[in-house]
Amino acid sequence: MSKLLVSTTVNGDPQQFLCDPDTTLLDALREEMGLTGSKEGCGSGDCGACTVVLDGEMVCSCLVLAPEAEGRQIATIEGVAEGSQLHPVQRKFLEHGALQCGFCTPGFIMASKALLDRNPNPSESEVRYWLAGNLCRCTGYDKIVRAVMDAAAELRQDRRTAA
Amino acid sequence: MNAPKQNFRLVGTRPVRPDGIDKVTGKAIYGPDYVAAGMLQGAVLRSPHPHAKIRGIDTKRAEALPGVKAVVTGADFPQAGDKMVSGGEGGAANLRYVTQKCMAIGKVFYEGQAVAAVAATSRAIADEALKLIEVDYEVLPHVISIEDAFRDDAPPLHDDVFTQGLAEKPEKPSNRSMRFAIERGDAASAIAGAAAIFSGHFTLQPVHQGYIEPHACVASWNADGQGQVWCSSQGHFAIRSMTAGVLGIGVADIRVQPLEIGGGFGGKTTIYLEPVAMLLSKKSGRPVRLAMRRDDVFRSTGPAPGAEIDITLAAAADGTLVGAEIELKYHGGAFPGANEVYSGVGTGLGHYKVPNASIVGWNVLSNIPTMHAYRAPGAPQINFAVESAMDELAHKLGIDPIDLRLKNIVRPGDIGGSGVPLGAIGYAESLEAAKAHPHYSALLGPNQGRGVACGAWGNYGGASTAAVSLGEDGSVLVTEGSPDIGGSRASMAIMTAETLGIPYEKVRVTIADTSSIGFSMVTGGSRVTFATGKAVVQATQSVIAILKDRAAKLLGVPAEEVEWVDGAAVHGDQSLTLAQLAAKAGTSGGPISAEAMVDPHDWLPGFGVHICDTEVDNETGQVMLKRYTVVQDVGRAIHADYVEGQMQGGAVQGIGWALNEAYVYTGAGKLDNAGFLDYRMPVASDMPMIDTVMVEVPNPAHPYGVKGVGEVPIVPPLAAVGNSVSAATGLRMTELPITPDRVYGLLRAAE
Repeated sequence: MSKLLVSTTVNGDPQQFLCDPDTTLLDALREEMGLTGSKEGCGSGDCGACTVVLDGEMVCSCLVLAPEAEGRQIATIEGVAEGSQLHPVQRKFLEHGALQCGFCTPGFIMASKALLDRNPNPSESEVRYWLAGNLCRCTGYDKIVRAVMDAAAELRQDRRTAA
Repeated sequence: MNAPKQNFRLVGTRPVRPDGIDKVTGKAIYGPDYVAAGMLQGAVLRSPHPHAKIRGIDTKRAEALPGVKAVVTGADFPQAGDKMVSGGEGGAANLRYVTQKCMAIGKVFYEGQAVAAVAATSRAIADEALKLIEVDYEVLPHVISIEDAFRDDAPPLHDDVFTQGLAEKPEKPSNRSMRFAIERGDAASAIAGAAAIFSGHFTLQPVHQGYIEPHACVASWNADGQGQVWCSSQGHFAIRSMTAGVLGIGVADIRVQPLEIGGGFGGKTTIYLEPVAMLLSKKSGRPVRLAMRRDDVFRSTGPAPGAEIDITLAAAADGTLVGAEIELKYHGGAFPGANEVYSGVGTGLGHYKVPNASIVGWNVLSNIPTMHAYRAPGAPQINFAVESAMDELAHKLGIDPIDLRLKNIVRPGDIGGSGVPLGAIGYAESLEAAKAHPHYSALLGPNQGRGVACGAWGNYGGASTAAVSLGEDGSVLVTEGSPDIGGSRASMAIMTAETLGIPYEKVRVTIADTSSIGFSMVTGGSRVTFATGKAVVQATQSVIAILKDRAAKLLGVPAEEVEWVDGAAVHGDQSLTLAQLAAKAGTSGGPISAEAMVDPHDWLPGFGVHICDTEVDNETGQVMLKRYTVVQDVGRAIHADYVEGQMQGGAVQGIGWALNEAYVYTGAGKLDNAGFLDYRMPVASDMPMIDTVMVEVPNPAHPYGVKGVGEVPIVPPLAAVGNSVSAATGLRMTELPITPDRVYGLLRAAE
């Protein structure tokens, strides 16, 4: 089986990689591009640890084939901070102790950021349902939900200040 | 309620954890992330049968596939025989069974047991090669449930397993691998004369720890006999001991490098992959990665036992418990050695004073994976029965459930579940705090119920080594051997900085590999902040002694007159700061560092009280969790966020056990829900906020009053949820999980 050449954009940078037709985007990110921040918890789209944003849509990268990334924009956990400046969601996860083992954290941060990009003022219930595709076994979700609500409040404040 | 607040600068605060940025930016390297140069990818062939003899394995076609570099089977493993090795939680493990949890030898005992493994230049080729391995099985009859396996005429899994713990060795082998009992007083007579008696039978299914990171490792074993393993685990020293034992080599020939661990909860205190990867590496001459997929994790690692429990609990008219008879049968899985029965029997009534009690436990083997530790192993199951029975007695006697418990609890000076007198425990304080909590008196809506349950866990001490050294700029390096599974780097840094009187940011903590620090037991038993914390503080105190000595030299005064105050050596009006002393280390006697080894036995048990509100949909049987409060004696919280996090996370795992989670087997003995879609753990939208109340009754034997907190929170939730649903429906919940179809059936049957 000959490999396919895929040209894509990851976190704003042009990327090319070779893969088999049935390689998942998650494996391409982790094995071909060395971006191991996206995790495989299940390989079946049930845990959200591999969450990335593909052309603005939140997806489980374990359910996307790598060749589907051709010509598209991928955002991963590695691109969330701007240089050494953490995104408010990342900072609030740290301030609230919203991680214990940290394995699910990249997926949660991707999903939370995707939520706040489209809904700057989510209710607790909206946060909980939006994050229902991400499994965490350590925290019981309490501190994660608080961190996301707090990040939303800070982002709203930033926008008001900017206006 | 709480001990008077001591004036700490850092203990009890909530600074950002040292490993935080790596973990929110995706930089942290976990088990499946590690890459070694020239690494091959491995894959494991697993048995499709729950019970079968292996008549032969033909690997020739797999070996001939281009890209395949090595194939191993059970024949490649040295047969250790019955030999104990210091393992994970619960101490020793029998190498004969540890080996077979990694690779079947002659026989498979459960679906998913490894029968062969391949290393190849890609995972795709390795997976392809598995299809070319021909295994000739002779399928044998299997048993799955406790009931089927326990029967006198059940086919025994092992012809050399005879029930241990009986007065006389039985004549024939059976699946009852062990009987363990605690008897005191005359339970039968006490129950016969009691004012209120509850008898019931409770059933639970096996559940999985559910860590999100599947097991993974990279191994490299050279021709000179020296090997390295990179893996995430709850204790790399235990991984080293067991891997060396299985391979029949010295522990110094394996260096285990700890990677970040993505959850464990007890399940990562043993080995499944490491010796297999080592043998593949030896055969191929290259490093080999083995990584489980989620279905492998469910089918072939160690879940927590399901249980069948009969209980009779009796009280006098004033609520005083007079007698208890409990018989519990726990799943053991395929091989003997699971020690959940000991802890179940030991902790079941450990939080109450019951003068007359008979608690009999059986470990029952069947064709499912060997059970392994899961957070307070063995305690949640029996606690479900005990706390449900307490709830029934409270109803029968018309006594408030918390008052009934206050009447019967163990208090300081009483004998605990393990037969050890209890010291400064905060159980009564926790119950009082629960009773005073607004949740306990809040109004309930229609179809809602409130349940209360208490639970205890013994916690542990165990061996730990830590080293503290000074950088020449006054920074402090802590080196320890306990994997950080939930923020313990932060608590070590807090305790070190507090002891030295310096800023938190001046301390950096490293989890060192097995060749870089002395032995440390696993991160388990709620022991790390307690035991490793003791080692870290002791080493820090030794460093302070050296610093005072150096200051005395530099100031020309007697060492015994120097005091250490707020990060400086002080003599009268002269002082030298830590940074000044560090800068002068080279000219005042050389490097400054100290190591401490501890094996403390003065840990204290933990106690929790949980309050749960549920709402039951009468039309569908759906149970919704409305409100949940966790009250716990935590000793003293070093990093409050991560103490609360343990309470919240443990509670939600217990809630999952109560409402959703169960291993479901087909008639053919195969696991029917080996994935996160069908093995449904709680998600964010299932849960409310989990309120926490940290009751702080410090342990005087720890420099900062620490008690273990990690395991207690999973003990009460099963009964707290069950009691809550029982209150909402008026029907006693005796079987977990409390799924909509089960509740619906109970509701319709009651109409």
